[in-house]
Amino acid sequence: MADQGEVKLLKTWSSLFGLRVVWALKLKGIPYESVDEDLTNKSDLLLQYNPVHTKVPVLIHNGKSICESLVILEYIDETWSQNPPRLLPRDPIQRASARFWAKFMDEKQALPSMWQAFTKEGREQEEGVASIAENLKLLEAELEGKKFLGGEEIGIPDFALGWLVNLVPVFEEILGLKIVDEERHPSLSEWSRRISDIPVIEESWPPRDKLVTKWAAIRDHFLATARASSG
Amino acid sequence: MAEVVLLDFWGSPFGMRARIALAEKGVKYEYKEEHLLTGKKTPLLLETNPVHKKIPVLIHNGKPISESLVIVQYIEDAWSDTAPLLPADPYGRSQARFWADFVDKKIYDQGKKIWANKAGEVQEAGKKELMESLKLLEGELGEKPFFGGETIGYVDVALVPFYTWFYSFETIGNFSIEAECPKLIEWVKRCLERESVSKSLVDPEKVYVDLILVLKKMYGYE
Repeated sequence: MADQGEVKLLKTWSSLFGLRVVWALKLKGIPYESVDEDLTNKSDLLLQYNPVHTKVPVLIHNGKSICESLVILEYIDETWSQNPPRLLPRDPIQRASARFWAKFMDEKQALPSMWQAFTKEGREQEEGVASIAENLKLLEAELEGKKFLGGEEIGIPDFALGWLVNLVPVFEEILGLKIVDEERHPSLSEWSRRISDIPVIEESWPPRDKLVTKWAAIRDHFLATARASSG
Repeated sequence: MAEVVLLDFWGSPFGMRARIALAEKGVKYEYKEEHLLTGKKTPLLLETNPVHKKIPVLIHNGKPISESLVIVQYIEDAWSDTAPLLPADPYGRSQARFWADFVDKKIYDQGKKIWANKAGEVQEAGKKELMESLKLLEGELGEKPFFGGETIGYVDVALVPFYTWFYSFETIGNFSIEAECPKLIEWVKRCLERESVSKSLVDPEKVYVDLILVLKKMYGYE
């Protein structure tokens, strides 16, 4: 095992993106110090180590910072390449596929459409919900016959989608909508159970009641702002 | 089908990234134009990128790869023994990925605020944001000849194609990028000295007349 040096992770208690890094560090058995940020009062550490975006998560390894969760995951995989599991496969085509699906989660569809459904109401919300349904169909098709999005082993795209398992039930409760169900999404549902069964992942979920409180307040805030500006 | 095929559109900065990377690695490929301005997408595009239906798509031995930065990283992985675009050490690689991701998050959308709008609040916001982003990138370049160091690398490939759209931003937005970011423009000129870049980038004035003005008309951004 390489000399592991000092590893620090800046995140928040509820950050989905921070959670990905927690899973990677824990699964690979890398000891680290965790610092929970208050984003309404950003620490000097955060401002110093992520001056460009001032966002979490930030990984600080031997005093050098790495930002953006997917960039951090690849860094962890390459730096601690001797520690299983491999987060990205060796084969170039499979690596491309893994990166494609990870990007799909964050930038292209999954999260943005979820955000729209969650922070809007009426017509705009319907569009968000329809968009989510489309995306879930694509994910369902991609997962068919596979244990993980990465194939036989868990990998970066699974980490990228992991928030679905913990956060979607919270959103469903707040919105009063069913987003993922066994009938339309058998493979996704199976995958969710498989992810939840991994001890490191199961023990890292933020507390559900706290999440419900936090996200309900976020939704209220967005709706109130929208109504105030349109009224 | 040829061993390596690139589905592309002549004016796309994203497509140009793939062209530069393939040229750096000396890979022979068949270029197939998608005539995006006709509004029609070919069956090949729909089949090889069913999720996003967008170019560029690289097809290698029949297997498709989409998303320009995923394509560039694939080219790096698949032709790993020549002209590396990423450094060997994980930290250097993480920094290159971070800045390429930064380019992806900012430049296109900020530029669009400029070209797709009339003079006004949105356009002004776009100009301000774009200049902030380019200044940050200029700072990251520092005294190095290229983002990749002595030779071009991943971030250079990610950013330099957007140069072909600068003329359009400047003409429509009535400002000068070179005036505020002279070092960045010097960097562009250094990149253009490389054949992989000069042969992959298109004429900025052609982008303005044959693409941006056409798009503005097509979508009613006037």
